[in-house]
Amino acid sequence: MIEVAELTKRYAGHTAIKNLSFTVRKGEIVGLLGPNGAGKSTTMRILSCFMPATSGTARVAGLDVFSQANEVRRQIGYMPENNPLHQDMRVREYLKFRARLKGLSRVRSRDRVDVVLQQCGLKDVSKKIIGQLSKGYKQRVGLADALVHEPALIILDEPTIGLDPNQIRSVRQLIKELGKQHTVLISTHILPEVEMTCSRVLIMRHGKILAADSPENLQSRMDKGTHIRAEILAPLADLQASLESMGNVEQFDIAPCEGDYLLCSLTGSEGADLREEVFEMVKEKGWKLRDLSRSRYSLEDIYVRVTRQEEEPN
Amino acid sequence: MQPFFTLTRRELGAYFVSLTGYVIITVSLFLIGLSFYTIVSKLQAESTPLPITELFYITPFFWLVLLLSAPIITMRVFSLEHSTGTFETLMTTPISDWQVVMAKFTASLVFYMVMWLPLLGCLAAIRYVTRDPSSMDPNIVGTTFLGIFLLGCLYMSMGCFASSVTKSQMIAAMLSLAIGLSLFILTFLGEQLPMEKGWAVATLNHMSMLEHMQDFSRGVIDSRAVIYYLSATGFFLFLTYRVVESRRWK
Repeated sequence: MIEVAELTKRYAGHTAIKNLSFTVRKGEIVGLLGPNGAGKSTTMRILSCFMPATSGTARVAGLDVFSQANEVRRQIGYMPENNPLHQDMRVREYLKFRARLKGLSRVRSRDRVDVVLQQCGLKDVSKKIIGQLSKGYKQRVGLADALVHEPALIILDEPTIGLDPNQIRSVRQLIKELGKQHTVLISTHILPEVEMTCSRVLIMRHGKILAADSPENLQSRMDKGTHIRAEILAPLADLQASLESMGNVEQFDIAPCEGDYLLCSLTGSEGADLREEVFEMVKEKGWKLRDLSRSRYSLEDIYVRVTRQEEEPN
Repeated sequence: MQPFFTLTRRELGAYFVSLTGYVIITVSLFLIGLSFYTIVSKLQAESTPLPITELFYITPFFWLVLLLSAPIITMRVFSLEHSTGTFETLMTTPISDWQVVMAKFTASLVFYMVMWLPLLGCLAAIRYVTRDPSSMDPNIVGTTFLGIFLLGCLYMSMGCFASSVTKSQMIAAMLSLAIGLSLFILTFLGEQLPMEKGWAVATLNHMSMLEHMQDFSRGVIDSRAVIYYLSATGFFLFLTYRVVESRRWK
């Protein structure tokens, strides 16, 4: 659906993206993840034909974004950052205007506006003035606008920014729903959002892609050794000795926690799952165990590690 | 063409759903009314051989309406879209840059012409009171409105250009007022220069709006004036187009 090759965009004085290459297949929900200024919005603006790249090519549905801009625009539903809307229009009127602007016939635009009003839960506010709506509703109006011409690809730039937790949840749900019929490219710097909604993640920084994979694969790639957390009631010296004698433990740490329990954090050597061994050990010694769990790298850890690795050589 | 008409309708609608449109119309109605009052009180003192429309344009209120309304009508067309970010949503729909420029220009021009309609009412009132058919000669009224239309083309295109270069409506209004006022003042500059034949005087006279309007309000269509306004309008629209297009320069 999207093929980007060697894309570079230079603004006066600095380079926003450098030799960016990636592809997005049909039906995927892809998240562009990166700190502010990583080049996410620039990439999206180029894909949506708002401005051209300095060099390189980008194709959407097989069409070049620069030379076939109008055809590409028909294929894309784009919601820019901060979701700009005409504050003085009413919801239905605005969507009708947008549908007509995107070339839909009078009858078809009326039908489509009804469909997207339903789809985005805007039926109740269709006659209200956009400027008077809450932020959550405005965001849905933006989404409805992106959907109104039935685009094959939907590009959303930070769709949940500035919303309260409930609104974020409903917008995410909506995006997930969209993923069933459309290809979706969203950008964000909120990690759980990507974890919850996306099937693939592109981590960007300084205009380059640092990592690209599904959230699960990224996690397992980072999970060289597993982390175990156990709360054990035992004499400190004995526990220390037992852990030292355990075979697969790469490193461990013991700290007191509430009650008289000791909190042990263990890192196993590659691939080893220490949970059974810990349980056996406790059972054998007759200690007490009240918590035993494996912690995985969260996407947040991955993100921090990937972006740090990038910084270190500099 | 569909996107063009859709956008024109929306732009025109924007004047009438908000208060701005009505404020502009009210103020210009007040000024036109004031000039009507001035004319009527002068006519009571003495009769005049001049057509009524010429008397209208001689009053300073006529020029005040033109010079003040143009920046206010056009200041929002691009600046507002730039500052709210809707420019981005607009330019990612299948609409060409020319269509955007022309739609915004057309909408402001139509609004400007609607604003001038009360002038017809004033003329009709004089016709009704004096019972003199020559006071509302359709040809003279037609050429007067042609003159108003051509001046409007120039000032609206100027305003669109001023609005396209800045995010601030305030700056856009001041910029278009500055350009508009300078062009207007050139007329007086031409009058002040010694009447020797020279290209400078000839050029300034050629650009004299007062003289053009005098012709139009007498029922004279001077093709030089028509070409002057149309080409100047084209020039400013082209500049606007280049500004809109500039985001795509690599």
